[in-house]
Amino acid sequence: MGKTISEKILSNKSGIDARAGDIVISAVDLVFVQDTTGPLTIRQFKSGKKQTLASSARTALFIDHASPSPSRQLSNDHIFIREFAAETGCLLFDAGCGVCHQIVAEKLARPGDVIVGADSHTVTAGAMGAFATGMGSSDVAVAMSLGKTWFRVPETIRIEVTGKFSKGVGAKDLILYLIGLIGADGATYKALEFTGNAVDSMPMWQRLTISNMAIEAGAKVGLFPSDHITREYLKKLGRGNGYKSIFTDPDAIFERTINVEADKLEPMVARPHTVDNTTIAKSLGDIKVDQVFIGTCTNGRLEDMAEASSILKNKKIHADVRLIVCPASRKIYSESINAGYLQNIVEAGGIILPPGCAGCLGLHQGVLGDKEVCLSTANRNFKGRMGNPEGLIYLASTATAATSALTGRITDPREVL
Amino acid sequence: MGATILKGRVFKFGDDISTDLIIAGKYAHLRSNLPELAKHAMEDANPDFIKLVKPGDFIVAGSNFGLGSSREHAPLVIKMAGVSAILAKSFARIFFRNAINQGMPALICPTDKIADGDNLEISLDEGIIRNITRNESYSFTRIPAAMLSILNEGGLIPYINKHGDLKL
Repeated sequence: MGKTISEKILSNKSGIDARAGDIVISAVDLVFVQDTTGPLTIRQFKSGKKQTLASSARTALFIDHASPSPSRQLSNDHIFIREFAAETGCLLFDAGCGVCHQIVAEKLARPGDVIVGADSHTVTAGAMGAFATGMGSSDVAVAMSLGKTWFRVPETIRIEVTGKFSKGVGAKDLILYLIGLIGADGATYKALEFTGNAVDSMPMWQRLTISNMAIEAGAKVGLFPSDHITREYLKKLGRGNGYKSIFTDPDAIFERTINVEADKLEPMVARPHTVDNTTIAKSLGDIKVDQVFIGTCTNGRLEDMAEASSILKNKKIHADVRLIVCPASRKIYSESINAGYLQNIVEAGGIILPPGCAGCLGLHQGVLGDKEVCLSTANRNFKGRMGNPEGLIYLASTATAATSALTGRITDPREVL
Repeated sequence: MGATILKGRVFKFGDDISTDLIIAGKYAHLRSNLPELAKHAMEDANPDFIKLVKPGDFIVAGSNFGLGSSREHAPLVIKMAGVSAILAKSFARIFFRNAINQGMPALICPTDKIADGDNLEISLDEGIIRNITRNESYSFTRIPAAMLSILNEGGLIPYINKHGDLKL
């Protein structure tokens, strides 16, 4: 009997013939924390009897959520994190490096790895065929110390995507559509596996956007096969030797299959205050926006910067809109400068932030005022998410966000493209 | 947990209570000062919660409680507020695991008949929730054995310190 990608990876890492529903103890290949979960994780680690890392080379600390720090307390948390890195010799990615999930994709994740991070969007690395999932501080502290964790092997929902995205439509619209379809708890405890002819040719930056939001349907992991796209992505990053192919078996057992026709998708928007509260952009009516935010681990990649740049080039954003753009990593930031993308965005009226999580979680760099509307390319629109429970957050693609910055209202990008 | 009977009053919440509603990201600067952080527990869902909650009380919610972030501070501030168990129709995966890892019972049960202010008595061993106010009883879904062994030790770190390893 064949296996899903989850069953294959967890069998390999636990040393048993793992099937959906089994409880396994799995080796962990990479463990990481960020600056808002790291201090508690380090304290949990230090309250354990064994206070050495299983692998300092495969333990990473990221300063990205409050970067650079907006407050004395967070600056002190950063000191605490840096001291732990110095004590243990583990990897440290300090302020300015970028969002943990983007750095993990660029530098650390390998197909077939088991990755646990003290951040729910750890699922992002599923795009590269890694069993990557978010956990809390206690679990991550134990994984740091023992180099292993326990899992219930998830059942898998297969998402079969066929056809081609039409102009103005892309990965973000697909994942918003899917979350709207199955709900914010539609995949709780489950794995999502993406397959189909649209996936075969889907570039890594789109796969990363989709896997990133698997958690917004409750999923444990959002997996893509490790294929020629993964191989080329790793090769381009100078990490080609980390590649191995991973495909689901043809006779693997799926809990169910959901078919999505890419051609039929339209630009999607998630309305406040849940990610599954979706609709098609053109049906929204007249929603004026105060702030447009393009960035984050969902849509802060080079291709997002390119898309925003091409829409905004030689134009001016609407007078009532603040446009905040944040490349997800130093590499993306640098490449966006070289390509002229940031210049186009700045000349259109945009504000460029240093690589990091920026305003996504409401700490700084774009906190909303009362009743203000933000159209964001991030992954969450929960009440209070951007620092104010009276703020209203809509989620959409980079194309929809950049277009809306020009018009001042949430706009289907096909009106302009 | 021995023959523990949990007793307290209900604070009722709806569906999809996110970790941002439980403890907002904007308070991340207080995460190394847990007593201060805990003063903001459930703030954006019920601003009066922290003023009214008493040791032993229960949080009772609808479906998908704790969706969103992996912040373990979410069950931690609920525990620090004195809550003795969280009851919901369903939990988000990471929150459920975090609650057990903090030694906080997270019980899956039907919650529609339980109202704000009801008095409950919960026997974790018997798997019974008694609604004293309404003279009703409900059962909850058994906590998986692997997680029960962690809960019974008071959380994951105490479990590992006692057993030295994961032995599920």
